[in-house]
Amino acid sequence: MSENTQNTSRYGGSLLKQSDRTRRRNAAEKRFRAYGIGAIGIGLLMLFVLVFNIVSKGTGAFQQTFVTLDVELLESKLDKNGNRDLADIKKVTTFGYSPIIRKAVETKVASLGIETNLKTKAMAGILSKDAAAQLREYVVANPDQIGETVEFRFLAQSRVDGYLKGRVIRANIANDKNISPEQLDLVDALVASGVIVKTFNLDFILGADASDARPEAAGIGVSMMGSLFMMLVVLALALPIGVAASIYLEEFAPQNWLTDIIEVNISNLAAVPSIVFGILGLAVFINYMHLPTSAPLVGGLVLTLMTLPTIIISTRASLKSVPPSIRAAALGVGASKMQSVFHHVLPLAAPGILTGTIIGLAQALGETAPLLLIGMVGFIASNPPSGIAEGLLSPNSAMPAQIFEWAKRADPAFYERAWGGIIILLIFLVTMNTVAVILRRRFERRW
Amino acid sequence: MNDMTVMDKTMEKQKTKIAANGVNVHYGESHAIKDVNVEIEDKTVTAFIGPSGCGKSTFLRCLNRMNDTIDICKVTGDILLDGEDIYDKRVDPVQLRAKVGMVFQKPNPFPKSIYDNVAYGPRIHGLAKNKAELDEIVEKSLRRGAIWDEVKDRLDKPGTGLSGGQQQRLCIARAVATEPEVLLMDEPCSALDPIATAQVEELIDELRSRYSVVIVTHSMQQAARVSQKTAFFHLGNLVEFGATGQIFTNPEDPRTESYITGRIG
Ligand SMILES: Nc1ncnc2c1ncn2[C@@H]1O[C@H](COP(=O)(O)OP(=O)(O)O)[C@@H](O)[C@H]1O
Ligand SMILES: [Mg+2]
Repeated sequence: MSENTQNTSRYGGSLLKQSDRTRRRNAAEKRFRAYGIGAIGIGLLMLFVLVFNIVSKGTGAFQQTFVTLDVELLESKLDKNGNRDLADIKKVTTFGYSPIIRKAVETKVASLGIETNLKTKAMAGILSKDAAAQLREYVVANPDQIGETVEFRFLAQSRVDGYLKGRVIRANIANDKNISPEQLDLVDALVASGVIVKTFNLDFILGADASDARPEAAGIGVSMMGSLFMMLVVLALALPIGVAASIYLEEFAPQNWLTDIIEVNISNLAAVPSIVFGILGLAVFINYMHLPTSAPLVGGLVLTLMTLPTIIISTRASLKSVPPSIRAAALGVGASKMQSVFHHVLPLAAPGILTGTIIGLAQALGETAPLLLIGMVGFIASNPPSGIAEGLLSPNSAMPAQIFEWAKRADPAFYERAWGGIIILLIFLVTMNTVAVILRRRFERRW
Repeated sequence: MNDMTVMDKTMEKQKTKIAANGVNVHYGESHAIKDVNVEIEDKTVTAFIGPSGCGKSTFLRCLNRMNDTIDICKVTGDILLDGEDIYDKRVDPVQLRAKVGMVFQKPNPFPKSIYDNVAYGPRIHGLAKNKAELDEIVEKSLRRGAIWDEVKDRLDKPGTGLSGGQQQRLCIARAVATEPEVLLMDEPCSALDPIATAQVEELIDELRSRYSVVIVTHSMQQAARVSQKTAFFHLGNLVEFGATGQIFTNPEDPRTESYITGRIG
């Protein structure tokens, strides 16, 4: 009985009642949980704001306004001699096509009975400057169509596109020499009759960048090819070099001061700012080795330098995670060191190596700074590369560089495309990281 | 022949398989094995006993040069396998290890199928000309490992899916598959339950008919049950070596006696 009372006095009475100390402890725990939830909430909110912003600003880039017209390919303008000689046809510049386009617009407007006091030139002004080039390309490819009337879908110029997307409003165009209220009236009428429509624009994803005057024609496709070729270079170089280096360091190298120094330096290398690799690439690959500027090959080499430490670190980690007992087992049945590594250790480490490689590639894909220094930013490639050699050596841009370039330009139509480009880039990155996570989950072993 | 003399001298004894003379092992500064001389006989189970940290594993690993994989480990002295110095410069440890197989403390099957676990050794040593021969080797080895009946219907299932005792017998089958002459076992039962231990011990007794078996154990009962010869190690010294019955009933050295009666260890 006396023992019992002693116990009660030490822990403050009944178990059914919380002591002061317990209450304080519980309150502290509750507060801490609230902080945690708050922190996660802030993180999620920021993510939401980011995604909302990107999506709301970027989705417009995937849609484009088109004008459908019937164009009579007048022989008198396009092939004066009438003998369909391709050399002669090619002599007609895009200026030569303007009258044909103007006539097509005029005919369309007249046939729909739309009232307007615009001059023909101003009417045709709702079309992109790209229209003549598009027409000429078609005629050069199909000279037998000269003399016929063909239906074309032309890009509308960026102000018209902006008008349909709500970016351009009548109140703000007083000082805009690219568009007038009368033209917008015409656009309204043509939209009502279905001549002007806004639809999905595959060319944004597949096409090439365009000059400052034609934002409506710009696409990210060619710079995507640039990125693809860079990634091929990175994969082809960084993976074998990184894996070979890691296997040597992890499995074969003796433990001494030299390998310690190498180890420290690899970790340091992983922390070097990417712009440093860029200037190194400029000095070594371009100025010293005279590789072509702006070439994806050079970009790939620079990004390889950047990605190597990431791959080496993750490869070494996954080699380390293979239990030594597996190596002992292989050696015990008389396998050589190399057999034990290649038959047993490497296959078990492969998912980890792959995960690290994908994450390294994803980092490299989004890297912009080093590309500034080797001239891959601001370059406009007008055609996709026709082969692997050209893809590696001819000047090109890369997705993040292209986005940077668009964001820099004055016209808001380009700004919209920059956001669109970011959506595409993020889709790539998220896909790659998801694959990496799935690989890791799927093949993760517990020993 | 070189070992004829040995045979002549020991009429009742089996011929000597491994002879170690003046073996010293250093891990960097620390002296782990001190001047050990021992003769291990063919077709005999030899047990190494002694308190933990006394160098049993270290000495065992000298016998198939597993210590080569430890940078700081230096081995001096002679170890002769059938009269040939296994530390000779011309000896390739990889070739040696095919002849001197090893079973480890913790069962360590490869994370591959049961079949591939056993077939791996024969494959890399080119012991089978074709699939049929390899199948035969695998079956024979699994039978010698006393596990054939339990796994014959699931040879393509991963070896890591077996129970601990089965895994260890699979590892023994894997070691046997390369047709070794000596089998080294480092505490092969320490991770097993009593029933699995009994099965493995029974197996070790069978293996004696073909191989020279060296087993490290911390259990004196186990040494008494499975071995014919026992070596007692203490602080890196080989204190006493002789017939198991002799060591357990009538030890010469007071240290052996104290260990057996449980006063050190
Ligand atoms: N890899 C190693 N590096 C350094 N010292 C070691 C290593 N392995 C064992 N030792 C040392 O050698 C001695 C003998 O160890 P070991 O042979 O494992 O003993 P046992 O197997 O009898 O318990 C111990 O003192 C141990 O600390
Ligand atoms: Mg041991």
